[in-house]
Amino acid sequence: MSGTAPAQSTHPAAHPAVGVSPLMRPHYPVGIVGYGAYIPRYRLPASEVARIWTDGKGGLPVREKAVPGLDEDVATMSVEAARNALKRAGIDPALIRAVWVGSESHPYAVKPTSTIVAEAIGAVPNTQAADWEFACKAGTEAMQAAIGLVGAAMARYALCIGMDTAQSRPGDALEYTAAAGGAAILIGPAEESLATISASYSYVTDTPDFWRRPDDSYPSHGDRFTGEPGYFNHTLSAAKALMEALETSASDYTWAVFHQPNLKFPQRAAKMLGFEQEQTAPGLLVGDIGNTYAGSCMVGLTGILDITQPDDRILMVSYGSGAGADAFDLTVTDKVLERRDGAPMTRDYVARRTEIDYATYTRYRRKLRTK
Amino acid sequence: MELPRHWRLQNQRYGLVGEVCDQCGVKLFPPRDVCPSCAEPAHEQYTFSGRGQVYSHSTVYSAPAGYEEYAPYTVALVKLDEGPMLTAQLTDLGDQEPEIGMPVEMVTRRLRAEGEQGMIVYGYKFRPVMSQGS
Amino acid sequence: MRDVSVIGIGQTKVGEHWTTSLRHLAWEAIHAALADAGTEAVEAVYVGNMLAGALSRQQHLGALIVDFAGLRGVEAVTVEAADASGGAALRQAVLAVRSGAAEVVLVVGVEKVTDMVGASGTTAQVAAADADHEAVHGVTSAALGALLMRRYMHENGVELADMAGFSVNAHANAVGNPYAMFRRPLKASSFVKGSMVADPVNLFDSAPAGDGAAAVVLCPTEMAKDMVPSPVRVAASSLVTDAPALHDRADPLVLAAANTAAGRAYHAAGVVPGDIDLLELHDSFTVFAALQLEAAGFAQRGEGWTLAKNGDIGPQGRIPISTCGGLKARGDVGGGTGVYQAVEVVQQLRGAAGDCQVPNARRGMTLNVGGSGGTAVVHILESIE
Repeated sequence: MSGTAPAQSTHPAAHPAVGVSPLMRPHYPVGIVGYGAYIPRYRLPASEVARIWTDGKGGLPVREKAVPGLDEDVATMSVEAARNALKRAGIDPALIRAVWVGSESHPYAVKPTSTIVAEAIGAVPNTQAADWEFACKAGTEAMQAAIGLVGAAMARYALCIGMDTAQSRPGDALEYTAAAGGAAILIGPAEESLATISASYSYVTDTPDFWRRPDDSYPSHGDRFTGEPGYFNHTLSAAKALMEALETSASDYTWAVFHQPNLKFPQRAAKMLGFEQEQTAPGLLVGDIGNTYAGSCMVGLTGILDITQPDDRILMVSYGSGAGADAFDLTVTDKVLERRDGAPMTRDYVARRTEIDYATYTRYRRKLRTK
Repeated sequence: MELPRHWRLQNQRYGLVGEVCDQCGVKLFPPRDVCPSCAEPAHEQYTFSGRGQVYSHSTVYSAPAGYEEYAPYTVALVKLDEGPMLTAQLTDLGDQEPEIGMPVEMVTRRLRAEGEQGMIVYGYKFRPVMSQGS
Repeated sequence: MRDVSVIGIGQTKVGEHWTTSLRHLAWEAIHAALADAGTEAVEAVYVGNMLAGALSRQQHLGALIVDFAGLRGVEAVTVEAADASGGAALRQAVLAVRSGAAEVVLVVGVEKVTDMVGASGTTAQVAAADADHEAVHGVTSAALGALLMRRYMHENGVELADMAGFSVNAHANAVGNPYAMFRRPLKASSFVKGSMVADPVNLFDSAPAGDGAAAVVLCPTEMAKDMVPSPVRVAASSLVTDAPALHDRADPLVLAAANTAAGRAYHAAGVVPGDIDLLELHDSFTVFAALQLEAAGFAQRGEGWTLAKNGDIGPQGRIPISTCGGLKARGDVGGGTGVYQAVEVVQQLRGAAGDCQVPNARRGMTLNVGGSGGTAVVHILESIE
């Protein structure tokens, strides 16, 4: 394969400065060459869940959530997001060396989703393909790996997808929010990027706040334990560590986007980090589409990229139960202006909306026992 | 299990990849290797844009085996912008009534699954062209 | 080439024959036809069948049926062309006698659709379409009919109620046919209220699938005159194909195979459409009746429906169709249909159609269509002076 830099006599990672800081920086500068969102068209209002399970008297963590149609799954949704990313990037898909799909709702337990996506977008056969798993940060985890792959000049492009059709037990608190959607991010050389990524950081501990055992249909969660020890500890720690290493603060960023399990958590985290509401507004989609799990903060990022201006700086922090958080520092380039009209905007998908009732929802999500 | 026959057709099903006749230049979908217009070989691949119009449509209430879980669903004859016509389902209609002449675009969706344990067959469907710039 | 005539016919009632197997149905029709012909000296048997492989898990019908019918050892083979299997089998028999390869030949068209229940029938029928490019998208035979009907109505400004005449005529005619599946009239006002099968095709628009078998015995016309009092000669036989997939046809609203097959048959018989006294066509859906009237030259493109609306298709009309109920009311016998059509025309030409009789019928035509139009078989039959 061409495009690979010649092997160096001294490995740059052997340099004494590397590894002192926990920050991860690629050897060659990289960025986002193309991006694409996907959100299915059906919406279940949270009030419908409340109507069935609390007599309409419970609180509502979001307004409504996106529900996939009967013929949709993480593979089909990833294909559309990937096509949108490629339309914006305008590159030859044969130059993609990795197609990585992060999700906790892959259509097969064993058999990659990523091969379906790679085949559909014309990236086969000279590519790597893999499915990633780390609850809601499976997609950003793939992004960090892609930064490494392209940053080491092993590949010119790597495609990372965070996409979910999240499952939730009928009547569970998660049923209000567990939604479908996500985004595809194409990582490539900084020179070709619409947003460069200077550095990322990952904060991980073993914290069992949410899980699903192999034979279960629905995940279990630690209720209030998911908050402080889970979401907030990891999200805030990751954000702070990144900003500290980069010597930045909230005011240095035009925009910020966090993992969005509900409306409250990301707003509180943003506030605790010193961000104003306006900085998070364009990426805060959870109220309209629900928690799209592995897609959540990535589709929030595409929402920001749709409206951002050159030189804007963006902080993105994902969170995955189990637990960990990935933080990224991005700077928008002028290429965003010429590329973003190449595919439907995130808001176009949010606006494309057909409301369904709880009965239709149970059918679409195959919750009805028919045998 | 009809695994091999579905696998064999993935290229055309996922990407709407058809052919151009070497002789008369007519664009073919589904690909058939022999041009029906001039009976000459058609080998050159051609990827269709995925844009077209509904030529006719029907909603199926009584579905064949393997499709019951999706019924009622809408099937259509779609005339592609490049010329050929194909048979496909219309999806994501929401509250919209399908209409003859409706502009549609290709999406990749589940066509069916071979039972609970079997493989999932993916392929082209069409939806009303998504409005942009809302 | 020798002239060929029909010397014997037989048929079973069409319906749900829960206690009767495929081979038994075939035997009943064969037995009746041989008795009618007054001979058992059959040299070859052609079986028309479409669904036995899928619905009865039975193929190799040639050997199976002649063995069961007491004709073990006789040359026998199945002819398959979807719903046009019966017509195609009849044509093979005509060719065998014409060529001199055989003297007395029997054709039996048989279908057994009630060996399996549930969605299997719908699934088996759609095997006549393109499996890779039509059936995989969940279309059914009814949906293919519906795609044609929707477009036909759109292009020609036709309302659903305008199509009622086809089903009303078929049901009215079936009342007089003891072999018909539904011997009850249908009101035009009920037609538009049928439960939906594949929009806009409803229950009263589509033919019901039924079990049944029909048989015809052929021999050279020279021989026939000495064997039976009123042989019916085969004035023309033609079979033409088209793309099996609807989407592969240049103009889906033109049944090109039917058009060419009818044209060839008229030429061979030396007649024009106006010389045809009755037409048994393949009215599995009303739109097919309209399209076939157009293809066979009885109406201009887009005007076939007006014949139903104007009463031209009744027993006393300009071109009587479905005189014994057609597929709509006699029942859709799948691959057996083409042979039923021939039996019905022979009955008419003998003047033996009872309450279904078309006055002064001397020349009748059958039009048997496979799938959504991929195969068309036409036969013109004439009474001998």
